[in-house]
This record gives sequence, C-alpha cells and structure tokens, in this order.
Amino acid sequence: MTTLQIIATLLQVLFVPMASPLIIGIIRKVKARMQNRDGASVLQPYFDLLKLFRKDEVISEDTSFIFRIAPFIVFCVTIFIGASIPIFSLVTTYLPSGDFLVIMYFFVFGTFFLALAGMDAGSGFGGFGSSREMMVSALAEGGLLFSLLIPSVAAETTNVVGMVAVLQEFSLIQLLPIFIAFLAFFIALLAENSRFPVDNPATHLELTMIHEAMILEYSGKRLALLEWASANKLLIFIALGGNLFFPWGIGSEFEFLAIIFSLGVFALKTAGFVLAIAVLESIIAKFRIFRVPDLLFTSLVLGMIALGIIITI
Amino acid sequence: MIESFATIDTFFFAFGVLLLGGFSGFLVSRIANQKITDMATQGSAFIASLLVMLFSGSILYQGTGVAQSFESAFPMLSFSFRIDGLSAFFLLIISAVGAMASLYGIGYRKQSGGHYRSESFGFFFAIFLAGLFLVPAANNALFFLVVWEIMSLASYFLVVSEYHEAKNVRAGFLYLLMTHFGTVLIALSFLLAQRATGSFDFDMWRASLGSIDAATLRWIYGLAIFGFGTKAGIIPLHIWLPEAHPAAPSHVSALMSGVMLKTAVFMIIRFFFDFFPGAPMEWGLVLLVLGSISAVLGVLYALSESDVKRMLAYSSIENIGIIFLGIGSAVVALGYGMEKFAFFGLAAALYHTMNHAMFKSLLFLGAGSVASATGTRDIERYGGLIRVMPYTAVFFLLGSMAISALPPLNGFASEWLTFQSLFIGASSPSILVKSVFIGSIAALALTGGLVAACFVKAFGITFLARPRSDASRDAKEVSFFMLVPMGILAFSLILFGVFSTTVIAALVGVVGSIAPATGEPLRFIFWEFIEKRAIFSTVLPLEWVAIGFAAVLASVVAIAQWFARKRSIAIVRTWDCGENLTSRTEITGASFSRALMTIFQGVLRPTKQTDVEYHDEALRYFIKSRTVTTDRVDVYQDYLYRPAQSVLRWFGDKAKLVQTGNINTYLLYIFMTLIALLIVATK
Repeated sequence: MTTLQIIATLLQVLFVPMASPLIIGIIRKVKARMQNRDGASVLQPYFDLLKLFRKDEVISEDTSFIFRIAPFIVFCVTIFIGASIPIFSLVTTYLPSGDFLVIMYFFVFGTFFLALAGMDAGSGFGGFGSSREMMVSALAEGGLLFSLLIPSVAAETTNVVGMVAVLQEFSLIQLLPIFIAFLAFFIALLAENSRFPVDNPATHLELTMIHEAMILEYSGKRLALLEWASANKLLIFIALGGNLFFPWGIGSEFEFLAIIFSLGVFALKTAGFVLAIAVLESIIAKFRIFRVPDLLFTSLVLGMIALGIIITI
Repeated sequence: MIESFATIDTFFFAFGVLLLGGFSGFLVSRIANQKITDMATQGSAFIASLLVMLFSGSILYQGTGVAQSFESAFPMLSFSFRIDGLSAFFLLIISAVGAMASLYGIGYRKQSGGHYRSESFGFFFAIFLAGLFLVPAANNALFFLVVWEIMSLASYFLVVSEYHEAKNVRAGFLYLLMTHFGTVLIALSFLLAQRATGSFDFDMWRASLGSIDAATLRWIYGLAIFGFGTKAGIIPLHIWLPEAHPAAPSHVSALMSGVMLKTAVFMIIRFFFDFFPGAPMEWGLVLLVLGSISAVLGVLYALSESDVKRMLAYSSIENIGIIFLGIGSAVVALGYGMEKFAFFGLAAALYHTMNHAMFKSLLFLGAGSVASATGTRDIERYGGLIRVMPYTAVFFLLGSMAISALPPLNGFASEWLTFQSLFIGASSPSILVKSVFIGSIAALALTGGLVAACFVKAFGITFLARPRSDASRDAKEVSFFMLVPMGILAFSLILFGVFSTTVIAALVGVVGSIAPATGEPLRFIFWEFIEKRAIFSTVLPLEWVAIGFAAVLASVVAIAQWFARKRSIAIVRTWDCGENLTSRTEITGASFSRALMTIFQGVLRPTKQTDVEYHDEALRYFIKSRTVTTDRVDVYQDYLYRPAQSVLRWFGDKAKLVQTGNINTYLLYIFMTLIALLIVATK
C-alpha cells in the first residue's frame, strides 16, 4: 500500500468523528445568526466534548450493564458505518458493511441499545424518551428504506459505494425519481437525527424531549460518546444524502488532486445540507408528537411513488 | 462414519426410544418421585431428539434421501415414509428445538409449581414429539392426516396440562376447534387431489401434475392455504394462537410456536413446489398479501399485549407472515418460469423458518423462566430482573436482538434475504404484481421497526430498572437444566448469523433437492451455485461485518477507558426531583406502547374504561379510588367468529324443529324417505 492509500484509508475512518462536531457547531452558529445573536464559536462542540471527557461520571444504582455499554455500542456503530460509506472517495470504502440494509439495521442496533439504556435508570423521562424514540424510529424506517431502495434499484446493487459509482453516469432525466426519493430521505434524516420538526436537540423541557430524554441520566465520558455519536450520525446521513442523491464530484482514484477536489465538493454539499437544516430549524416550530407520524407516512408514500416511477419507466 | 446414520433404521430407533420413554413415565412414577419421572420422560425425549438430529443431519450431509413403505390393513392407507432434503431440513429444526425443549422440561415442572403430573405430561410430550417427527416424513395423504391428528391431539392435552385454571381449558378447547377446522379444509384438499389423481400417495400426485384440470387445482391450492394457514396462524385464522401458547407450559409453547407452526409451512411448500409446482402466479400474490397482513397486524397486536407469552404468540404470527412473504415471492417467480429467483425466495423462507424456530423457542423458554421465577405472566409486575436472573437476561437479550433483525445475528440475515427476494420481485413486468411487491416491501420495513419497538419494551420492562412487584424483587435465577438450552440456542443465533453465507449456500442446496415437475432434478444447476460460493460471499459476508464491528468496539472501549482513566464513577440514586422513587414512577408496558397504539388505533381499537369509587355515594364528590382499564377490542371475535357462531346457532335452532321427540313423527320421516327413494329409484 502506498503512503497515499494509507493516508486516505485513515482519513476515511477518522473523517466522520473528526468533522462531525464542526457540523453541529456550524448549525448552531447559523441558527444563532438567524436569531440575531453572535452565538458560540463553531469549534465549541469540540471543547464541550473535551470538557465532558474530563469530568467524573455519576451512574444510577438502578442501572445494569446495558447502561454502561450502550454509549460504546452507539458510538462504534457510527464509526463503523462512517468508515463504510462514500465520503470523498469510492476506492477506500468498497466494504461488505456498505450494503444499505446493513447500514439501516446497524442504526437500528444503536437505537435499540440507546432505548434500553433510557429505560435502564428507571426514571419516567428515559422511559418516555425510549417509547417515543422507538415510535419515530419504527415509522421512519419505511421511508428510509424506500429512499435508499431507489438508488439501489436504479444502480442494480445494494452496496452504497456501487450505487454512487453507477449513478454518477446517469442523466438528469434518469435521476428524477432519485430526487423524489431524496425528499423522502430528507424527512427520514430529520426524524432519525432528532432535528426539527420531529424533535428539539437543544431542549431542556422534558415534554419536548425524545433523544435528549434517553441520554438524560448520562454524564462524563459516556455522555461525551453519546453526543459525539449523534453528531456522527448526522454527518453520516448528510454524506449519504449528498453522495447518493447528488452523486457528482466523487473521485474514484487514489490521486492526491482527485481527493482534494472530492473533499471540496463534499464540503459544498454538506454546507448546503447544514444551511437547509439550520434555516428549517429557525423558521418552523416543532410538531406536536402525534403530527409526526403524518410526516413520516408522507416520507413512506413519497418513497413508494418514487419506486413505482423507477420500475415502470 | 456419519453416513451410517442416514438409514431409516436410525429414525425408527429414535422413535422406539421416544415412545419407550413416554410409556416408562407411568412405571417410573410408581417407584420414584416426580423429579426422577421428569428425568426419565424428558431425558428420553432429549436422547430421541438428538438421534433424529443425527439422522436428519447425516441425510443432508450425504445428499440422498431415504424412503420406506409398509402396507396396512386398510386399502388406501400405507405407512410410507419419505425423507428428502426438505423433510430432513425440517426434521433437523424440529429435533433441535425438541432437544432443547426436553432438556428445559427436566427442570421446569418443579420451577413452575408442579401443577401437572410428570408421567401423563411426559407421555403426551413423547406423543407430540412423535407426531412432529412423523409429519415431515409422511408420504401418504391418509397417513399424513393420521399423524397430523396425533400431533394436534397430543398438543391439546399438553396445552390443558395445567387444567386447574379454567381459562387454560377454554384456550385448549378453542385450539382444538380451530385445529380441526383447519384439518377439515386440509382433508378436503387431499380428497380433491385423490379424486383427480386416483390415489392418496404423494408420489402419485407428484407424477400426475399434468392431468389435473385447472379448476380442481385452484380448489386444492385454496383449501391447502387456508387449512394449513389455520395451523400456521395466518390472520384471520389465528385466534387460537394467543390463547393456546400462554396456556401451555413454556417448553410446549416453544415447541408449538417454534416448530409446530412450521409443519404447516412445510406442507404449503410441498404443495406449491413439490406436488403441484408451477401454480399461476396469482397464488403467489395471495400468499404475499396474507403474509403482509399477518406480519403488520401480528406485530401491532404484540405491541398491545401485557402478557409476555401472548406477545410472543402474536410475534410468531408476524414471523409466519414474513415466511409467507418469502414463499409468495418464490411462487410468483415460479409462475413466471424464473426458477433461479424462485429458489432464492424459497431459501429466504427456509432460512427465516430455521431462525424463527431458534429465537422464538429461546424467547419462550426465557419468558417461561421469568414467569415461573416470579409466578406471573403480567409484564407490569416485572422489572429489575437483570440483577437476579443475569443469565436469563443475557439470553433473552440475544433473542430480542435476533428477532429485531439486528446485524450480525441470524434474524438480520434471513430478513435481508427476504428483502432481496422482494426487491427482485418488484421488477416483474405486470403493474399489479409490482404494486403487491411494493406493498410487501413497505409492510416488511414497517414490521422490522415495530418489532424492535416491541422487544425493547419486552426486554426493558421485564429486566431493567426497578422491580415493580415483590415477586420480581424476590425472584431467583432458574436451574441449570433450564439455562443450558437457552444458552445453546443463544449461541446458535450468533453462529447462524455470522456464518450466513455458508447457511444460504447450504439452503440453496436443500431447495434444489425438491425436484420440479419437469422431472429434471434442479440439483445440477444448483450444485454450480454452491460450488461458486463466491457469488454468495460477496452477497452477505456477515463474518467480516461482525469481526470489523468487534474490532472497532474493542478499540473504542480501550481508548475511551484510557483517556478517562483518572476519572471516578459515583453510584448514586437516579435523579428524582426530590421525590422518593418507587416502582410507580417508572414507565409501564402499557404506556410504552401507548404512542404506537394511538397512531394505529384504527386497526387496534384500544378501549379505556375508568371506574371511580367515591367516599360518599350520595355526594359523589370526593374520590376514593379511580381504576383505569385499558384493553383492545378483539375485532376477529366480534366481527367474524361471533357472527359465524350465531349463524350456526340459528341453523341449529331451525334444525331443532325437526326433532320433536315424538316417535310417531320419526316413523313418519322414515316412511316419507322410503316413498321418496322409491320414486327416485323407479324414475
């Protein structure tokens, strides 16, 4: 393996955890600016993580080993998936874990243990957070599956890297159902990452918490891992959304300039997503919990429509 | 060496051991106590199951089936056995689960309070297992009906073995009714086939496919689907499942849910792929629709249950739905003549059959351990059991993870394969077929998410947080005999998931041993597939996924622990807002699933009844207590079975008019019938 290959592989594995707090920082900064205040620095999440790692932990006596291992499992799922998806290059990542069903169900794995951890402390907040999280996750799964299925059917492969490689060659007309699927995917992105209008990631009010409620009992390094994991998950979804549905600009060779160019294009796509999420969070209110299923079923129906289009033409 | 076990003599020898053990219970109970009787009966069932495992495993390994036939006194009934690849596969599953259930049963009777007599239970258990072993092996329709009845009746007696509770007896009766309803339909289907082919022999049916006309074939398929569907638990014929499975002792529930339902699946596969292959692909669509409905409704009903065994019973209905999805896509593919894809779908169905047998029996054994340790099946009385029953908790967790299709366990592998077969089907030419497949994909995706929700609730409420009752606080871990089968099953979940490529390749081989109507054994085409295992290794190499994930987990844990090595961990109370936290401040099972139930309330029809008791009945102002009862309207009983019952009763009432009790009227009837017959005969 050449030096470039080693560096590229390392970059692939470390990219998601290293870059995700920055994404969160930028979203918060844009929201702050829209609220006409200066806001914290975009690097603040890094300092928050470092602060949490330096703190002692407090663990409830009612919990079991599930509480202790869940943050590691959730975090490792995001690292593992982050290393398997196409970010800036197709060559580093043709792995078996790139199958889109494997990716989806690995995320369910993480959610499963997070929900269990939420119930483990025996507090009402965690229990309700888990209940709502499983509700949102169960309903969002249909839309997510269909939105990932469209590129898969179009590219005739279930591996995400393979999908990007094939979709790069498509014309705009052929990509029409892919754009419809992208809408479904975006809704699923908002739902799975606890963003508006499904959940408020910055709330302190128990009645409006879903994700926050499950991690309420955590502190110290475990809380750091969970916050980091949710940032990673957001970046993974953004990367998938950008690269699968707008598959241009990804390099397929181990060439220095190609990698730099791909990173630039990726940064542009991510900036677009980040802006969209931040503006959305600033202009609409969070939905009442029983309006959320309507949104998620819309995502499912959009996906079904897109699948219908793509297999009839 | 292993080939020497592949003769039918091993099979009969296992039978001998089984029946000897069953009968010996009566003798042993006279001279020893119940515990020794348990060991004798369940132990011999265990040994017999191991022998059948050896037998079926060697058949699969060796690749050729066995057959044997004995004539009987009746002309049409011949005791003919035929064990080919498919039978051997099902026998392997049945005997593996049977072995685990028998081992569990050795410790169960004492643990659960000793409500049934070991000798009678052991006897019926042996008969039940005998029926289960014979069903895949029968090669004659009448013989099949005989062993099917033996299996159903023996399981009835097992379901009502704890007859001190009236509702168990009612559940058993409902089970008996429904299974005989199914048997009637099956018998009708067999009779039609016999009329068309002239014989009750399955071999005759295999040979005479071309000579049966389409109309008869349609009835045969339809009756078979609904007859065997009753046994499998397809909605709306499922009403016996959630009653009978909780009523039976846990290892019997494990056998019924894990294995008996699969015998119905086995026969449906036989009908559509062995006896009468090449069904018009509309039948595949019927199976897909039935499967989707059962899958989604099954898991929704499971979410609404607070009895852990009823929840598992509904979950079995859901998994049978998923198996039907696989079979349905295979039938559609075969209807279009695309045999390769047909076998792919069939392999998915078989894989899920095997996986479901493993994790559902594990879950039932776990639920049984918990129920017998705490004395109740109500999930709202559980809590904190992970501290007192750590092994059961870990095994139940693995079972929950497998059933929720989390990679790299086996549930994920079979659901992945089912998805793939549905994806292939979605690209068929006709719009109708496409839409059904899209609907099935949506149903399967929805089910996957809901199952995870259901089992987070099941595991979380049962094992985590604080105990919700004294029974849970004082529970103890169950005995060794009950833990070992759960452990073996849990280990196999990991094994069959991680080595999924090998399993899929082997299954394609099993499926290839079902010869199609063209007479050419498809085995030739499929040996190539298996030889080129490489095709499947790039398909789902879960072993690398598992290793990769484990490596990442190990490194992250090491780095994080090192990074925070100087930090301390304080163990304190859960944050309690200044209150004292009791079991009442935790989430309950009903409130956990309330959100999903509210969303699906059109389907689930939840009801809520509030009863208020006042201090002063005249004043009705100061409330003494308020009781809220949440329940679910049983749609099938109210809109399907009760009306059917009333219609039957109406007919019965009208028919009563004929029976006057007066002998003169009866003589008149005989006279009138004679006159009528004379008129008809002389015409």
